[in-house]
Amino acid sequence: MADETQTPLLHVSTSPHIRHKESVSSIMLCVVIALVPALAASLWFFGTKALLLTIVCIAFCVLTEWVIIKLMFKKPSTIGDFSAVVTGLLIAFNLPPDLPLWMAAAGSVFAIGVGKMAFGGLGNNFINPALAGRAFLMASYPAAMTTFSKTQPFLKSQIGTINGLTQKIDAISSATPLTAIKDAVLSGNLQPLDFQYALKNLFIGNVGGCIGETSVIALLLGAIFLLYKRIIGFSVPISYIGSVFILFWIFNGTTGDLLATDALIIPTYHVLAGGLMLGAFFMATDMVTCPITTKGRAIFGIGCGILTFCIRKFGGYPEGVSYSILIMNLFVPLIDRYARPKMYGKVKKNA
Amino acid sequence: MFGKLSFKGGVHPPYNKGQTAALKIEILPPPEKVIIPLSMHIGAPAKVIVKRGDKVKIGQPLTEPGGFVSSPTHSSVSGEVSSVGSFPHPLGQHLTAVEITNDNNDDCIEPAPLGKDWREAAPGEIVQKVSESGIVGMGGASFPTHVKLSPPSDKKIDTLIINGAECEPFLTADHRLLLEKTDDILCGTLILRKILGAQKTYIGIEDNKPDAIEMVKSKLSDSKFSDIKLTVLHTKYPQGGEKQLINAITKREVPSGGLPMDVGCLVQNVGTAYAVLDAVCNGMPLYQRVVTVTGPTVKKPANLLIRIGTPVKYVLEHCGVDFAATKKVIMGGPMMGLAQSELGAPVIKSTSGLLALDEIHDGIRSYNCIHCGHCLKACPIHLSPSVIAKFVDKSIYDEADKWNVLDCMECGSCAFVCPSKINLIHFMKLGKFHVMAARKAAAKKAEEKKE
Repeated sequence: MADETQTPLLHVSTSPHIRHKESVSSIMLCVVIALVPALAASLWFFGTKALLLTIVCIAFCVLTEWVIIKLMFKKPSTIGDFSAVVTGLLIAFNLPPDLPLWMAAAGSVFAIGVGKMAFGGLGNNFINPALAGRAFLMASYPAAMTTFSKTQPFLKSQIGTINGLTQKIDAISSATPLTAIKDAVLSGNLQPLDFQYALKNLFIGNVGGCIGETSVIALLLGAIFLLYKRIIGFSVPISYIGSVFILFWIFNGTTGDLLATDALIIPTYHVLAGGLMLGAFFMATDMVTCPITTKGRAIFGIGCGILTFCIRKFGGYPEGVSYSILIMNLFVPLIDRYARPKMYGKVKKNA
Repeated sequence: MFGKLSFKGGVHPPYNKGQTAALKIEILPPPEKVIIPLSMHIGAPAKVIVKRGDKVKIGQPLTEPGGFVSSPTHSSVSGEVSSVGSFPHPLGQHLTAVEITNDNNDDCIEPAPLGKDWREAAPGEIVQKVSESGIVGMGGASFPTHVKLSPPSDKKIDTLIINGAECEPFLTADHRLLLEKTDDILCGTLILRKILGAQKTYIGIEDNKPDAIEMVKSKLSDSKFSDIKLTVLHTKYPQGGEKQLINAITKREVPSGGLPMDVGCLVQNVGTAYAVLDAVCNGMPLYQRVVTVTGPTVKKPANLLIRIGTPVKYVLEHCGVDFAATKKVIMGGPMMGLAQSELGAPVIKSTSGLLALDEIHDGIRSYNCIHCGHCLKACPIHLSPSVIAKFVDKSIYDEADKWNVLDCMECGSCAFVCPSKINLIHFMKLGKFHVMAARKAAAKKAEEKKE
């Protein structure tokens, strides 16, 4: 009955018949681009060590994914989606500059192998692979993971600028600004925390720490790009950073007026120092491992903030960002279950 | 007063309306044979009242309604009934249709208008005329219009909305109709208003049609149309969805599982308003409609007035489609339209457009869901498409039901934005099918228990 002079063989599918050009790989590529300023800053402040760490981490992440997908899953390669590159970059950013390269490689293999591929690859992992890698290294090589050298300039002419905070902190105890605050608060002596120096150096990144986390300005540049591209939203970073700030502001260790300079120093330090900027903008916002609704993401961010506050304030570690995010990752299915969007026409008919 | 109105959610696909927006409606010469399916509407198929060999004229009824929620069909050419049998249907099946061989005389039935001024007629009389004329929703859903116009007595309709949003990309049929038949559409609107006794009447147009907005605005200054209000809508897909339009204009929400009449609203497409006018004042049943024919492989895109039943292939050939480069033919818009497998299928009452596309757009490799949440932000009903799709994929239909899969209107926004290129609408449709089946089975069981 049909017209037998049919011309072409037509394709049939369900609607829609047009698609947005954004894809998983374009999203991941944008994240890579957004991490470039922080990478540049890490090269500037930590030199070739940072470069080598980054190369090793990316190479081992991509290689691990390729080997697992080819030899074990026997499926077409997925490394073209750039997610392994993002994981590699983020692991490297979470490592101290003097970490032996083989440890970085081991962390990368763990991150991709156990943190991601063991659950079925991108989209099925329930914890952030980069943070899984970092947690693995922290548990296995705690000493190497917490030894921070001074920032080391990429250019010799920059040596003159290494001063202020880093040196003062070195004089107190170990290398990172967060340790300095902890000690200062414990001893009740806030004098070493020079507000202006700290703000300047923390903002630029001229302080001790993991290679990718120190430069707030570089991280913010990348974050603005991701926010502009709508790859990340405001809900996680604002709720996370905001809750850390507010908690440290209220429980600032000093007595009295919340508007006093002393009371503002502590929370400002906590927001700018350590891994909070990197964590809040690039790791807590990881789409796969954070809740799916804006409401859920705000709850997630506040949870991360509370945990970070607790670990930094009461815990043994000076830093708490990575564990906070990892712990909150485990709550994501629960948050997703309850933080559902309010449906159009929720009132049932004749209810 | 003319603030731009909108709803929450939705997407901004590339609109691609430029190719046809400025082209006047042309009349497509009728083909040698038309195929008029018995089912061009939602509801019971109509019953055939002609047989092979019968001579028919334009506008002559071929079928009578198969129930209240049904609609008759009329011949769109004059000639001879050459077959009553199974023919390709745009839905992708072969369904019963009446084939008429055109004698090219274009003999028309005696037009049968209402017989008196509609302003003095009782609403029931006008509805009867609408019903006899085979008018169905021309925006795509093709729900019989007379049913919509006969709400149960406990539902009071206070707001009539005429839908001129035309939010689907590529389509410009309603746009051209608004420009070229403004008076008729507004008159049709008044007739609909009279039937319903609605206090408020709006006509909603997206702001990407400034010429149509200006045209309507200038006509509304005439005192006879003073009861109709123009509302300019933000250009966003699916602005022309019934529930979205009601929400944008009246801020009301149609309850889940309910109908617009539950919130006192009724939405009709501009094409329907025009068809109502044509039936009531000119006495012609619905036997032709405006269709936008466009797409990357169409050499001469056009807005055509096409006889119902004209085979798709005939229309595409008229517009110079490069068949070798065409990979997909869509009936309707690209977001909700139906992909056609057989070009022998006819243009039906709800065909707003015919698109010939040179890309398949779903041969792209699909990744796992990366939980990005784009589909949740795009969903105009505020569902969680990715979550529902996962339940359906694992055949967990009771959970899909709890996540309100049945409220999905299949607008395609979620699948459009998905970076993993997951065919979410496929899962939605599958989920709805299974949930409906499960509910029916449960109802039957409950009934048996009672007995």
